Amino acid sequence: MLTAFAILIDGLVYAAYLFIVAVGLTLIFGVMKILNVAHGSFYTFGAYGAATAIGIYFDRGWPDAGGFLLMALLAMALGLVLGLILERSVMRLVYGRDEVVMVLVTYAAFLILEDVVILVWGAQSYPTYQPLLAAGNTAVGALILSNYDLGLIATAALIAVISWWALKFTRYGRLLTAVIFDRETAAAFGINVTAVYTITFVIGAMLGALGGAIMAPKIAVTLGIGVEVIVLAFAVVAIGGMGSIEGALIGALIVGICRAAAVHLVPQVELFVIYGVMALVLMIRPYGLFVRAQPRRI
Amino acid sequence: MNAPILSVRDLGKRFGAMTAARDITLSVPAQQTVGVIGSNGAGKTTFINMITGHLRPTNGTIHFEQRDITGLPSRRITGMGISRSFQVAQIFPSLTVFENMCAAAAVCRAPKNLLGHLYTPLRSKESVAEAETLLELFEIARYRDTLAANLPQGIRKLLDIGMAVAGSPRLLLLDEPTSGISIEEKFGLMQVVMSALRNRKITVLFVEHDMEIVERFAERVLAFYDGTVIADGTPSETLGDERIQTLISGPRLKGAAGAARHV
Amino acid sequence: MARHGRIAAGAALLLAAAAAFVLPDWIISLATIAFANGLVVLGLIVLWRAGLVSFGQALYYCIGAYAVALVGRATGVTDAFLLMLIGGAAAGLVAFVVGFLLARYREIFFAMLSLALSMILYGVLVKAESLGSTDGFSVASPTFFGYAPHQEKLLMALYWLVLAVCAIAAFLIDAYFRSVSGALAMPVRDNEIRVEFLGMSVSRLIHTKLVISGLLAGMGGALAAFAIGHVDPNMSYWTTSGEFVFITILSGAGSVVSAFVGSLAFESLRSFAFAMLPQLWQMLLGSVLLLTILFLPQGLGSLVTRLRWRRKAAAP
Repeated sequence: MLTAFAILIDGLVYAAYLFIVAVGLTLIFGVMKILNVAHGSFYTFGAYGAATAIGIYFDRGWPDAGGFLLMALLAMALGLVLGLILERSVMRLVYGRDEVVMVLVTYAAFLILEDVVILVWGAQSYPTYQPLLAAGNTAVGALILSNYDLGLIATAALIAVISWWALKFTRYGRLLTAVIFDRETAAAFGINVTAVYTITFVIGAMLGALGGAIMAPKIAVTLGIGVEVIVLAFAVVAIGGMGSIEGALIGALIVGICRAAAVHLVPQVELFVIYGVMALVLMIRPYGLFVRAQPRRI
Repeated sequence: MNAPILSVRDLGKRFGAMTAARDITLSVPAQQTVGVIGSNGAGKTTFINMITGHLRPTNGTIHFEQRDITGLPSRRITGMGISRSFQVAQIFPSLTVFENMCAAAAVCRAPKNLLGHLYTPLRSKESVAEAETLLELFEIARYRDTLAANLPQGIRKLLDIGMAVAGSPRLLLLDEPTSGISIEEKFGLMQVVMSALRNRKITVLFVEHDMEIVERFAERVLAFYDGTVIADGTPSETLGDERIQTLISGPRLKGAAGAARHV
Repeated sequence: MARHGRIAAGAALLLAAAAAFVLPDWIISLATIAFANGLVVLGLIVLWRAGLVSFGQALYYCIGAYAVALVGRATGVTDAFLLMLIGGAAAGLVAFVVGFLLARYREIFFAMLSLALSMILYGVLVKAESLGSTDGFSVASPTFFGYAPHQEKLLMALYWLVLAVCAIAAFLIDAYFRSVSGALAMPVRDNEIRVEFLGMSVSRLIHTKLVISGLLAGMGGALAAFAIGHVDPNMSYWTTSGEFVFITILSGAGSVVSAFVGSLAFESLRSFAFAMLPQLWQMLLGSVLLLTILFLPQGLGSLVTRLRWRRKAAAP
């Protein structure tokens, strides 16, 4: 019973983290049909940005809430700048090319940005445990839960609700839905697709960076964190269906719970299980759970 | 009349609650040229898709040269001698016209097994010769080295049909061979296609909206309405039928149509 | 390949083989690894011609390498030829099995699923204590039909073996590209419906390509295992696959020789960058990749073609 509860909580925490990272990836894919490998870089920049913020702010006796805010803001600012630069300078050149070519272009950007991180922050790792200590713990029965983890779940839920609301009820959201549904027609109706692309890419980048910032205190902020996160986010998005926000949510939950179960029950299969689930889902539903295949017409 | 090359019995296709085709029974003798008419959604393309195996019929049987081909995959059916062309020409845009034709000719001539496909070169003497012959036959030899992506519409159609013929089919189904072609070019295109097919002794079923083309090139006309064949006879019988005129072709204003073309 | 192309390739091969007598060891060992990886790239070119990019080729590479290491450790067999064939066969078999699944996918779905499959292997290997988990384990020095060379001799023997395998593979794949099965790659990329209605099974064509590319990657992995003398799970990590894709883009799909030229260029670039700017290696890679995609979409090989074309245009 205790194990089941621990699996549930761990799974939710992990799912929350996966969702925050994957939602930006799926948004960019849904609108722009770009599978953005550079999303891993956004995550890395967010994490390093948060580490910098932590270094500046914590251990000075200032109120903790301000520290959390600074982490998020600095990360999102980095995401905004990075996303804007990347979209304006590189992505713009390859719109309309093969989807595979665009993957490769973002892969190139990812490689470049990996070394930019070294240039800016150096090769050492950063201590980022302070927010975890500041948040404290809550005891639920025999289980001690970190408040930071609970906050992580809440943040993911908040992002899910906001993105659902934004797509459904805001003007920009409806524009996005139109572009996702049919790009040519949307352009013909006078929607500025170029602007929609820029905004989407930047929002996606900011979400990726936010994911990094939120995770920073829970991981060692060090070289190579983006490499790992990008394949995880791919798996989540592929399970849910690329371009689908609810898919990202369900995919994150599935992967989160499966991994937590593996960690508690059969730790040897921890990594295997994520991609195993992905392969299994794709075998049954090639385009993921929330995307239907388009029938061929002749 | 010799044994029919194609015979269809009680053929029908339903998509959920929608009936796309029903109760189609007919047979086609070898080397006949059959025109198929009917408004959009009358079941013509569904009929062709069932014969070529692209769609599996819900009920009924299809026999080709006395063999039951109902529900076989399209690849098998193609291998048995039924080819088709498409409403939108299905060609390989990044190859030249010659390469398109050569690929088609080679696939159909290679032994039908994996090993055969691995050791037979694509540009064998036979396939190259066949490709050249077909380019001449369909009068597109002067586009030989043009990329298929850059072809004008009419030439695309000819290439599409030529590639279907490369497999030496005995029965060829043409889905709207003149769609997307200007009125001035339609007759010329059909002339080329029909003389090529006659040269190869191929039985033809062609779907067509232009009644003048049907009248000119078909020996027999099938009229589709609401998923089934409502008239089947010589062009003058079918097209002269008042019922058909109201339901499908519209009254024949030969003079008016002719006058319009001269404007 | 036209006849003069073959003569040129044969001459280059002889030159490369003879070079082993004059070049320093570090270049020989760099070239050995480069050509072994070139086999993987050749497999990727086979797929790429049909419009498929595999972001999981490291799966077969790693299987080839681990098969050599494991069989060697379990049975004590050290014969390079035998082990190499076992490595290739193991990878080819895996490709055959997963091919039933992969052949149904296209574009990024294909890329992602192959990536997932390679990551499954990675996940297994990292946690497998008996296989040395993240550290991997060593591969015994190979022998050649009983001949057991050491140091420089081993280096040269291995180099010649890799050269010979590459030459045979290049010759066979070149023939494959001209066969019905191989030459239909572009048609498959262009229009699957037409290929099906010509009476050819597209999924079988693709399945064949998968097995060929798996075989090549497995052999490449096996030879790399000899050359490096060690195997570890990183051989199946997605960044390894990424590197192979990178070399493929750099090489272009123009001819079979380009796979090896591209691979050699890549390894040289890497050792240069490690020596000169160790912190900027990935940045260099990314920039080259970006520039290649933007300005040389047909790969480095197209430079040669362009020059030839220009020369032809200039001739009276």
